[in-house]
Amino acid sequence: MFKLSPAGEEFVKKELTRYETKRSAIIPCLFKVQEENKGWVSPEAVTYLSGLMDLPEAWVNEVLNFYTMFNKEPVGKLHVQVCCNISCCMNGARELTKHLKDTFNVKEGEVSADGNVTITRVECLGSCGTAPMMQVNDNYYENLTHESAVKTIKELM
Amino acid sequence: MEVKILSEHYDKPSYKSLDGYKELGGYEDLAKALKMDPKQIVEDVKASGLRGRGGAGFPTGVKWGFLPENGEPRYLLCNADEGEPGTFKDRLMMEAAPHQLIEGMIISAFAIKSHKSYIYIRGEYNDSIRSLEKALAEAYKDGLLGKNILGSGFDHDMDIYVGAGAYICGEETAMISSLEGLKGQPKLKPPFPAIEGYLGKPTIVNNVESLASVKYIIRDGVEGYRKHGTEKSAGTKLFSVSGNVVKPGNYEIALGTSMKTLIMDIAGGMKPGRKLKAVIPGGSSTPILTADEAMSANMDYESIASFGSFLGSGAVIVLDDSNCMVDMLGILMHFYHHESCGQCTPCREGTGWLNKVVHAILKGEAREKDLELINGISNHMMGKTICALSDAAAMPALSFLQKFRDEFEYFIKEGQSKVRGVGYAQMHH
Repeated sequence: MFKLSPAGEEFVKKELTRYETKRSAIIPCLFKVQEENKGWVSPEAVTYLSGLMDLPEAWVNEVLNFYTMFNKEPVGKLHVQVCCNISCCMNGARELTKHLKDTFNVKEGEVSADGNVTITRVECLGSCGTAPMMQVNDNYYENLTHESAVKTIKELM
Repeated sequence: MEVKILSEHYDKPSYKSLDGYKELGGYEDLAKALKMDPKQIVEDVKASGLRGRGGAGFPTGVKWGFLPENGEPRYLLCNADEGEPGTFKDRLMMEAAPHQLIEGMIISAFAIKSHKSYIYIRGEYNDSIRSLEKALAEAYKDGLLGKNILGSGFDHDMDIYVGAGAYICGEETAMISSLEGLKGQPKLKPPFPAIEGYLGKPTIVNNVESLASVKYIIRDGVEGYRKHGTEKSAGTKLFSVSGNVVKPGNYEIALGTSMKTLIMDIAGGMKPGRKLKAVIPGGSSTPILTADEAMSANMDYESIASFGSFLGSGAVIVLDDSNCMVDMLGILMHFYHHESCGQCTPCREGTGWLNKVVHAILKGEAREKDLELINGISNHMMGKTICALSDAAAMPALSFLQKFRDEFEYFIKEGQSKVRGVGYAQMHH
């Protein structure tokens, strides 16, 4: 049964009074749950969070399902998101994605056998002048080559 | 030629901190503004000709003027949900000069008599979030936010709200829905946010660059601000240049500067042996220009409009002759299909159809008459929905097909790209 850490519960308590309405706290609290639940939000975590926030579960689910940054399925320890919008594709983002999938032997969106890596293509991350780029967990890595991207991921493992 | 007003100090790391910012004149314009009549600031912003830098280009001061005259509480919401493909200028502003935005926001809040503002930042922009969190804490500690700012009697609180990944939240009513803790779906207008916005209260939503620009209208005065730019497109603007240029990046130029200067001189021009093929002038939603059109256009609202496109967010995506236009449109249609909020039928269904038809062409599964299907679907998507996303998807489809029809016809007939000489499998990995 998922439960936030004492610090996580304290965070939720503060967020509930930070905005004009409690409902605005759903996004930040879902991020906290995701952070403490190995990078994803499980159905049982939604039940737990809606109870903790004293808000309808449907409201929490509505937010969870609308936004792409919430993972509804488990992800690897490193969530590698390669931007594949127009400027990045013009600079080799699709070839880079293929190289990463082959190197780490993982299908798109799935978790590698060792649990380390998930690779997904995402839409524009606002890094068009430094393409190609990837976001690994919370950080951007820009102006990548195949070699530098692989090296970065291996160093983060 | 670059004209650095906003970006004058972006290359100085010290500009990120409150002390460094103050050493270079930071918050002097706030002190000046707090001694002015708020109504005068609104009038000055109107007279400056500043137009919304997020994409729509609506005059900022006129938007402020829509607020009711009564003392009803009102909110200021900074749109930092930069997501229009090709755009990365707000990110630079928030990372290189967080206090510039905060100063511009406090001045704007004072002008519109708002005591509470939020900066809505897209969740992926972690560096911008960290930068602004630090700057906000510094500003509070220094008495620049909170009660009785600089002894003026004006109170203002500012907070950050972090989004969770949705292009549509850059649309102002969707942003308000998201801030309220709902799905980020746009709301029908009218009522406009200035009348009924966040929690039903009057709300002004302005882009990062627009709000930061207000500081310079105070600093230089209306005449000084208008020294750069054209009569209808006043001031300077940051342009994000990306794609196949030698020096992609953010460049600040006076509005009205030629696109040729921006692309060929400032951004370093094309790579060796490559020719300019096309330019998307203002972010992925704006109709594409041919090389000839691009080289005779100027970077102002009117000039780009005269070619049937828009200055938009200032995201200039440069394509050289190595690009297959069918492939490029496929990328864009996938994006809009992914980002449609699903609320309005023409958009929800239309973006899906456009994505399917363009990919059918790429996979060699289309017929000649499917090109008319693209035109037909697109025309049924324009002006028929709550927000502009539907139009934003239809406009590139129509313009790509109109200007590069031969490449679409060739792909259908030969099952491979006219430009790259290969099929879908070789282009998509």
